[in-house]
Amino acid sequence: MCADLSGIEPVIYKSGINVPYHWWAGDTASAFLTALRDRQTITAIKCGSCGMVFVPPRKTCPQCFTPNTQWLEVGPLGTVTAFTVARKQLAAIKDTVPVVFALVKLDGASTSMLHKLLLQNPSLAKAGMRVKPRFAQDRTGTILDIQGFEPA
Amino acid sequence: MDRCAIIGFGMTAIEARKPGSTFADMVWEAVNKALDDAGITIKDVENVITTSNDFFDGRTISCMAVGDASGVREKNCSCTEGDGTFGAFYGLSRILSGAYGTTLVTAHSKGSESVSSLITNAAFDPIYERALGLDAITAAALQANAWMKATGATSEQLAMVSVKNHGNARHNPYAQLPMEITVKDVLESEMIADPLHKLDCSPVSDGACAILIAREGLVKKGRKKPVWIGGVNFCSDAYFLGDRDLAKAPALTKAAQKAYSMAGVANPAKEIQAAEVYDAFTHQELMWIEALGLAEAGQAGADLAKGRFALGGALPVNPSGGLLSGHPVIAAGLYRMAEAVRQLRGEAGAAQVDGAKRVVVQGMNGLCGQSHCVWVLESGK
Repeated sequence: MCADLSGIEPVIYKSGINVPYHWWAGDTASAFLTALRDRQTITAIKCGSCGMVFVPPRKTCPQCFTPNTQWLEVGPLGTVTAFTVARKQLAAIKDTVPVVFALVKLDGASTSMLHKLLLQNPSLAKAGMRVKPRFAQDRTGTILDIQGFEPA
Repeated sequence: MDRCAIIGFGMTAIEARKPGSTFADMVWEAVNKALDDAGITIKDVENVITTSNDFFDGRTISCMAVGDASGVREKNCSCTEGDGTFGAFYGLSRILSGAYGTTLVTAHSKGSESVSSLITNAAFDPIYERALGLDAITAAALQANAWMKATGATSEQLAMVSVKNHGNARHNPYAQLPMEITVKDVLESEMIADPLHKLDCSPVSDGACAILIAREGLVKKGRKKPVWIGGVNFCSDAYFLGDRDLAKAPALTKAAQKAYSMAGVANPAKEIQAAEVYDAFTHQELMWIEALGLAEAGQAGADLAKGRFALGGALPVNPSGGLLSGHPVIAAGLYRMAEAVRQLRGEAGAAQVDGAKRVVVQGMNGLCGQSHCVWVLESGK
């Protein structure tokens, strides 16, 4: 900075970006989300080459680089493969902390899905615990149609 | 690979906030320091890569905001989104194409000017995940728990990373958080997301870094010793966290193996004298050390406790103080490269690693380390 600009008050310009989007979820995710909404079931898709079962479903297999075609139902029971108890109210967290985030591997799936655990006592969360989904009363075709997973 | 060298670098001090500097001001400072360091002028540069993130900067085509400060007018300039090491990789690739001469790579960000939690939340898939409310910290906490369960690493071992790196930062004039702390201080700091305490997490920071790369024939007899690029590689993992084993980092292992192979390194733990790795969180430093082949699987925590990665140890890791002592996202990996150059030139002062002839650098981007770029830098050809 030039010497003759030293001591200048830094002017802060406050602004923000608020751009609405309406993303087409794609046919694969649409099938998954409508199954949550209408049937309260968690659907998966299987690779015809390697047999991997993807939850949430993907249109193509990232390993085989081929289209996935075979739909199936997984769960509803699953196993927690990783978790954390968020204690600080970080800006992205919409619920009041403590909030338990987890990866849940549903029975029959090869991958884990990211979601929340609904626990009376968050400190009891642990890897390996068996859980089942609790569906929301009002379902609108989003990932939050599952409220979270609770002990099975 | 044609021999190429880093012939200059420039860093701004890393600070919690730089209200007196715009993005362009920071980049201008870093670029001019790099040119002075190399003993060349902007006229000697014919290839410019800027590295930035539109969402962090709050503007579309954020690279263009720093074009003038990077001296791109009437030059071939291209841009990278991600870590600064990715920008350097692109810059090097353009040199190796044979079409470009001396190359300037810049990277910048100002975490202080927005809300990092909201920005990293937007890295999650908007259809399947984003509404859950995770961000880079809570994702890293999932990984930390998974890795600790798999390896038996302890919270005390994680805390030792923080103690070491904040302590090393006391010797680094560019660091934001030089601190003399204890394991107890780390364990008693605020719990952000189990098992990560506040002092297990890198801070929000502002900063810019620039480096200059040239092919052997263009490495002039500058005022400083060139630092040679022995090997480099880049590898990505799956996007969805649930597709990965979060306790492992196979993409980093693969990138490291290829970079070592290019550099003729058979036994990295013995043939590398120091490492600058992406310690965004304490557990990540230990994970990356293992994935880089610098410690046996599951042993990094125990090795750390024995002092192996400390200044004066057999293989100092983050002698600069690392990202725990200042984390300007995007620029962070380029800072690691610049710090490696300081080591290899013997300019690291009290943090100097005796006999540093080969340093490994790791840059990273993406949740829980999706993509990794590994550089093997050397003081001699």
